Amino acid sequence: MRLKHLLLLMSACLIGITFSCKPPSEKGKISTTDVASRVYVKPGEYDEFYAIISGGFSGQLSIYGLPSGRLLRVIPVFSQDPEKAYGYSEETKPMLNTSFGFIPWDDSHHPELSMTDGVPDGRWVFINGNNTPRIARIDLTTFETAEIIEIPNSGGNHSSPFITENSEYVVAGTRFSVPIPQKDIPINTYKENFKGALSFISIDPKDGEMDVAFQILMPGYDYDLAHAGKGKSRDWVFFTCYNSEQEHSLLEVNASQKDKDFIAAINWKKAEEYLKQGKFKTMPAEYLRNYHDDEKQMAFSERKSSVKVLIPSDCPDLVYYLPTPKSPHGVDVDPTGEYIVGNGKLSSDMSVHSFTKMMEAIKNKEFETTIDGIPVLKYDKILSGIVKQPGLGPLHTEFDGRGNAYTTFFISSEVVKWDVKTKEILDRQPCYYSVGHLMIPGGDSKKPWGKYLVAMNKITKDRYLPTGPELTQSAQLYDISGDKMELLLDFPTIGEPHYAQGIPANLIEPNSVKYYKLEDNHHPHVIRKENEARVERKGKEVHVYLGAIRSHFAPDNIEGIKVGDKVYFHVTNLEQDWDVPHGFSVMGARNSELLIMPGQTESLLWEPMRPGIFPFYCTDFCSALHQEMQGYIRVSPKNSKTKLKWSLD
Amino acid sequence: MKKGKLFIALSIICLGLLFVFPLWKITLEAPQYPRGISLYIWISKIAGENQNTLKNINILNHYIGMKPIVPESIPEFKYLPYVIVGIMLIGIGCMFSKWRHIFLVFAALIIVFCIFGFVDFYLWEYNYGHNLDPHAPIKVPGMAYQPPLIGSKYLLNFKAISLPHVGGYGLGLAVLFSLLGYRYDLKEKKHA
Repeated sequence: MRLKHLLLLMSACLIGITFSCKPPSEKGKISTTDVASRVYVKPGEYDEFYAIISGGFSGQLSIYGLPSGRLLRVIPVFSQDPEKAYGYSEETKPMLNTSFGFIPWDDSHHPELSMTDGVPDGRWVFINGNNTPRIARIDLTTFETAEIIEIPNSGGNHSSPFITENSEYVVAGTRFSVPIPQKDIPINTYKENFKGALSFISIDPKDGEMDVAFQILMPGYDYDLAHAGKGKSRDWVFFTCYNSEQEHSLLEVNASQKDKDFIAAINWKKAEEYLKQGKFKTMPAEYLRNYHDDEKQMAFSERKSSVKVLIPSDCPDLVYYLPTPKSPHGVDVDPTGEYIVGNGKLSSDMSVHSFTKMMEAIKNKEFETTIDGIPVLKYDKILSGIVKQPGLGPLHTEFDGRGNAYTTFFISSEVVKWDVKTKEILDRQPCYYSVGHLMIPGGDSKKPWGKYLVAMNKITKDRYLPTGPELTQSAQLYDISGDKMELLLDFPTIGEPHYAQGIPANLIEPNSVKYYKLEDNHHPHVIRKENEARVERKGKEVHVYLGAIRSHFAPDNIEGIKVGDKVYFHVTNLEQDWDVPHGFSVMGARNSELLIMPGQTESLLWEPMRPGIFPFYCTDFCSALHQEMQGYIRVSPKNSKTKLKWSLD
Repeated sequence: MKKGKLFIALSIICLGLLFVFPLWKITLEAPQYPRGISLYIWISKIAGENQNTLKNINILNHYIGMKPIVPESIPEFKYLPYVIVGIMLIGIGCMFSKWRHIFLVFAALIIVFCIFGFVDFYLWEYNYGHNLDPHAPIKVPGMAYQPPLIGSKYLLNFKAISLPHVGGYGLGLAVLFSLLGYRYDLKEKKHA
């Protein structure tokens, strides 16, 4: 009996030792097998969400699947892309035209999905170009840039393109104030001469066409970010600003002096009333609108010459300033439209304003002061509450639709979850490293799909295998369905993942175009059948109407081209099947290749420099005889008498 | 209506299905075509699941030197609908005849039509599968590309599956019903 007891005791001790020998789990680490299965999407299966992530200084927009983090496509928007001939083909070159001429790059920051009743509808995504102020619209049936409009009177299009509840407007606030209209004056006359323009770009509900509907000329601060109200606050758009000090040099110090800067609340319904009453000024302004004509399959530029401007001092009740500590960065409105979160990036606390209180304060004229005709509301009359000591360097907040807010902290490199009503902090998780924006699918809309959170980081340091001094940029995926956030995945991104939008796949996938119908292709240089292929000379211009179909070009032997000619290859992909693109490249082309989708026509300009025989070939591995998909062009000296002829034998 | 005539009427209706549904369906399966490519053979046309299917099949077939399928060049599609209408009219006419074996003639007509159809379809498939362009890029010695009449068969990377469609089953039922109609009618006419 005793021996039995002893043995039992001994085995119990052993078990105890075995368990206590296990190393304590590392902080923040979670069981890898469990997590892997939650981001694993089986080969051949689809992700649950599309994540549309901007490329920052790459000027592009990329599409990822969530939860896998797999890169699906890079959409060229503001930057030329020789892979897709974007900005190189004759069809897409006009897309990058501006009043400054052709601009092959921009800094693209904030994607914003079109909305119906405050919920992303999957029709279009808009994105801003910061540097040469522009807004692009991308069609989510083709994932191609459909339109780019230049923003006049703007110095840097950062607080843009945030959208109103039913896609009435996207806004475009200027980060840098400038003289309006532009003039040659000393920089140190900033305070007297510089203004900030907040633009409202209307969106045609049918085809998405953009137009600068009106601008509001604001005091010369730096208008940093924006978000539209929703529900009860749907008629308002909120813009943060820093540099209310109105400094023009060493801003890191000089623009960080005041305790409070502002959130500007703009009543756009009121603006519409003033426009109707004719209370606007028409100012001369030069800007371009570039649009893709779906029928002609090419982009066109249209020059505009004026803009309607509203001056706040002439338009009472149009703008109010909400004092907000301290150089607020993001301004985020919760799904109910009641709470307006000012992410005061240099403040140790976070101020949350109440829309109800704001309206009350406006009614009771609780004004601290007035700046250029804009009433400044009393801070303590509009405040809903303060999130105390949440972290360092708050930048952006999104919501999960269950009453929780998630804020990123750049300096303390973390995401913090807090209760929107009580302002109580519920959880915090580290980010690797220095997180900027965050994205919850629909997290800035009325109905977030609050399952995942993507943190977009500014620095990666040791997180991936190093690739020399320039390291990959990255995003991180968290599961937010439980009480505590859980880090699931790191994934590398294209360019700087600045901001993103997320949407359930089923709102986009069924509408995705598989190929373009040849009968709907009305490109001026289309051929719909191989026997329409031909070569035409018009003086020094030669137009080659080339057909591409598995696995040949028609024609594939061309003679009679001369040095000094401008040869336009108009290549029509005659295929009518899913996923059969053809490429086209010709030796010595000083622009790019072409990548032509089935049913599409694209044109490449080629200027032969010396006589000889030059091959061309298909660059997209299209079929078993792709390598044979090639041809020759004979180039003769300038004054030769070689006859123009073409063939396919 | 007497049972015999009822079956004959059913048989005629089943023949009518040929104008509403395809007779036969050939599906090609390959890794690159996860949903397969389907061709439907009607009494009056050959068509794909969408307007481009035929074009896409013809593109694939040109590598092995098969002639493009051009529905307009197949004469059967022009006269077969009239033949079917003819048989249906004869069926209706037979109902007014008092001759005991009249429905046997009707059944025989359909059976002859079926045999003709099978033979014709086989020959057409044989011709397409064997009559290859000698300059085809892909030539596999000894290989022919005749799809099966019924059932499935590998043709290089494609698995070709050939099965009757609703119209085809309708034709089968038409034969069955016409024979049943003959049998019952024979009895009924004896009793009369």
